[in-house]
Amino acid sequence: MTLEVFTSYHNIISPLGFTTKENYSAILNNKLGVKPHRLGKLNEEFCLSVIDEQKINSASEKIKGASLFTKLEKLSILSICDVLDQSGISLRDPKTLLIYSTTKGNIDLLDSSVKHSFPNERTYLSVMANMIGKYFNAVNKPLVLSNACISGLLAIITAQRLIKARQYENILVCGGDLVTEFTTSGFKSFNALSQEPCKPFDAKRTGINLGEAVSTILITKNKLAPTSMQIVSGASANDANHISGPSRTGDGLFKAVSQTLEGNKIKIDTISAHGTATPYNDEMESIAFERAGLINVPVNSLKGYYGHTLGTAGVLETIISIEAASNNQLIRSAGFSEKGVTGNIQIIKEHQPIIPETYKPF
Amino acid sequence: MELNITSYCTIKNKIIFVNGKELSVPKQDVASYFFADAYKHLEINYPKFHKMDNLSKLGIIATEAALKGSDFLQRNSPESVAIILSNKASSLDTDRNYQNSINSKDNYLPSPATFVYTLPNIVIGEIAIKHKITGENAFFVSDGFDPQLLVNQAQISLNQPGTKAAICGWVDYDNGMADALIYLVEKASDSIKNINFNPLNETILTQFYK
Repeated sequence: MTLEVFTSYHNIISPLGFTTKENYSAILNNKLGVKPHRLGKLNEEFCLSVIDEQKINSASEKIKGASLFTKLEKLSILSICDVLDQSGISLRDPKTLLIYSTTKGNIDLLDSSVKHSFPNERTYLSVMANMIGKYFNAVNKPLVLSNACISGLLAIITAQRLIKARQYENILVCGGDLVTEFTTSGFKSFNALSQEPCKPFDAKRTGINLGEAVSTILITKNKLAPTSMQIVSGASANDANHISGPSRTGDGLFKAVSQTLEGNKIKIDTISAHGTATPYNDEMESIAFERAGLINVPVNSLKGYYGHTLGTAGVLETIISIEAASNNQLIRSAGFSEKGVTGNIQIIKEHQPIIPETYKPF
Repeated sequence: MELNITSYCTIKNKIIFVNGKELSVPKQDVASYFFADAYKHLEINYPKFHKMDNLSKLGIIATEAALKGSDFLQRNSPESVAIILSNKASSLDTDRNYQNSINSKDNYLPSPATFVYTLPNIVIGEIAIKHKITGENAFFVSDGFDPQLLVNQAQISLNQPGTKAAICGWVDYDNGMADALIYLVEKASDSIKNINFNPLNETILTQFYK
């Protein structure tokens, strides 16, 4: 018999709050995490989603030996703590695993202009994840995934498969990345950064906002939470196109969507897209969704609220989608007003209830 | 499910071994000379190679060496091949170079050509692009070479309906040290019965990595 696998408790730490509840209610109130910031030696302002330093410090007071941990480690410990408290699950249990998803980890430690007392080895992603694991006396070594923008979703898919293979009963998937001068200057060198709040799928989209966030979701063999949902299927594909640009015809995404839907006779009520607000990404996604026949399915991107949160994006966006689905809610794609992609897709302009059978495009 | 390694390449201390046999590439201590010599010796003929960072060059050389003389890509269509790699230093070698380019205000030269390599999974992208491989892919980061992780993830991936074969292994480049083991994984079938192969397990991987 094949096992079913479920989502259960979760947490989001972002500029919009330190719990999922705070984040979800901020989104319903149309609050944006992205705001103009001037970072380090960059001589222009860009819209970035940055967590208030003072809030981090005061929340970190409850961490034992907080000064031993970097900013990202503290945020991760706080996020995991919240999920462990809600669920009663412990990482001391051999049937529980931590998967950590990140693109850059403690990359801020490389900046020689910032004084800190952390050893160089903390820039190694596994060393960072082990620090977090040790805080919780984890018996299993954390599994670390670093696969660019898809890291978070890949971590959830990996968790689902490991539970299906009966290797673990509970897997905490924690994703985290910071806004640093490193990533900000890099995306700027690509001319990919927007100075205004980003506008995914919009005709006047002007590029990416970067964002920092840590989010954690517990994936389990048993339905543990009142809002537990089954993870039916997931897939990834490489489009073998270009190291920094997707196929113009959305080949990779089309393949991943088709494989996910294959053999699962379920109706899709909504899509939370990647929607980074760059010209090529959003165009490619719209073409892939149309090719997959998803032309009447309401689509949003949450980048307008959080910016692109890199290694945590897939985790964070899954959590918001679960909250929305359990409240029968479609979430507005912030920043969108006029369609600016050629694929025939429906972008959600206003928050509204999901009425699956009668849903009409706007 | 029975999985087999049909070809492999180990790179240790800038010496290349293919299926256990040392290639006669001249010994070079400097990584860039080593990569250039290996590229010539393997007749890779792929100009993009010269623009890659050290991690991607290492991954391409080990993969090309493992694929050379193998019919792996004839037996397995590129959309059914997964790529699963791991290392310790992620992209830190290039991260440090990039950070140096933005450390000082007077010498502030962030380069998109460097920044694009500041992700470990770019090496997967480079291998995929070279051979138009569009299967699933994943990059894991661990404290050191971890045969248990690699065997487990290959088994899980090859259990998916879309995956028939995989390019897997370890590709680490840190502080001038190049360390790699790339191997080709295929399910037991009639099409590989006439070639030399080894079962995919932790003992074999530990042996191949040495």
